[in-house]
Amino acid sequence: MNDEFTNEAEELLQDRVTMTRRQAIKVTALTGAAIAAAQFGVLAAGLPKPLPIPANTANASMPAPADIAPQLMAVELQINGKAHSLTLDTRTTLLDTLRESLGLTGTKKGCDHGQCGACTVLIDGRRANACLALAVMLDGTEITTIEGLSKGDQLHPMQQAFLTHDGFQCGYCTPGQICSSVGMLNEAAAGMHSHVTSDLSLTQVTLTDDEIRERMSGNLCRCSAYPNIVNAIREVSKATSGVQS
Amino acid sequence: MKSFTYERPSTLSAAVQSAQRPGAKFIAGGTNLLDLMKLQIEAPIHLIDISRLGMNTIERTADGGLRIGAMVRNSDLAQDAQVRTNYGVLSRALLSGASGQLRNLATTGGNLLQRTRCSYFYDLSRPCNKRAPGSGCSALGGFNRMNAILGVGGSGAEAPKAGARRAIYASLFIRLIWRWRCARLTQKWKRSEPKASRG
Repeated sequence: MNDEFTNEAEELLQDRVTMTRRQAIKVTALTGAAIAAAQFGVLAAGLPKPLPIPANTANASMPAPADIAPQLMAVELQINGKAHSLTLDTRTTLLDTLRESLGLTGTKKGCDHGQCGACTVLIDGRRANACLALAVMLDGTEITTIEGLSKGDQLHPMQQAFLTHDGFQCGYCTPGQICSSVGMLNEAAAGMHSHVTSDLSLTQVTLTDDEIRERMSGNLCRCSAYPNIVNAIREVSKATSGVQS
Repeated sequence: MKSFTYERPSTLSAAVQSAQRPGAKFIAGGTNLLDLMKLQIEAPIHLIDISRLGMNTIERTADGGLRIGAMVRNSDLAQDAQVRTNYGVLSRALLSGASGQLRNLATTGGNLLQRTRCSYFYDLSRPCNKRAPGSGCSALGGFNRMNAILGVGGSGAEAPKAGARRAIYASLFIRLIWRWRCARLTQKWKRSEPKASRG
């Protein structure tokens, strides 16, 4: 076990000239894990066993068919204008496909339960949580991730606005915030109202700060960069719609 | 998550046929089912994708009602001109639930079939009548300030049809009232919040 860790760490270290931040973190983590595993091996024998789950709480409302082997399926995904033919376990979410199979690590995994919005991408132009979408279900749809918003070195106006207004601190939620705000502006342009829109009969939406906050409430920021996020979105919203708020 | 086979039938009748398979479940938006599958509270071995079978229109009926397709997305239903004009409370209720991202995925049919939000249903180490009928209700003597109905046992499959239908109507009604109340409370809270602390 320890040898495996250190071998992988050494392999990664040999490439250190071209090492990315992601690889550097991996090397550090693997080295730490190897040391911890060595120490833990001595102590593990004395640890108490985890509590067993009571037998009567198992899920009896469903018939319990025997577990089946992992199922692989061919999937065609259109991501950022490029077609990808993949063979995936049916259980793979879009989020894991992007990050693990395609190396598109801009989309972040936060809660993995649709609550934090860090994994927000655009599916056929509409914002959605990539963690709650199965890749096999998205055959033939157009998916846009944070990597697909810029045109080469030219940033998307929303990306630029987040930089200009310092709309982040640690940056982990930022790709989700940006994809979500792009989708949100499309929704507002289409006249979709929100929970704080006072008049349901209005077909034109004015994006006040309250509207922006409510519509972006599916994206959490643990650093609480919200004021600057609202500033960034307000700027792009005014520039694209000309609506004064 | 447990392994499952996946199928996207091209007709409604094929989908209904597939649903006879043991351990089969329909999936559309997936926002509730996938969440539960990740926690292994649900563990279907066959998923039938019905998201591309139509059933996504909102039509006026002859008697002046509205017929909402099971595959209509929450966001589309909330924005529908007829719903906005004549069923404002439905539009408001939808928009006060979940997030923009989730409303884009979630469907009307899935919303009605959503499983309980009780925290004990999600806690596999505690008895729950909804998850394992007959095992008991942990909410009765536990932390239950978020719960509206307590101690209801059994599953829909065991209840007579009319009873199940009544339960669905009741739960929909309670959900609507609950969302409306939440919305009112949120507005109250927003109004009473000092301006300076707003993010």
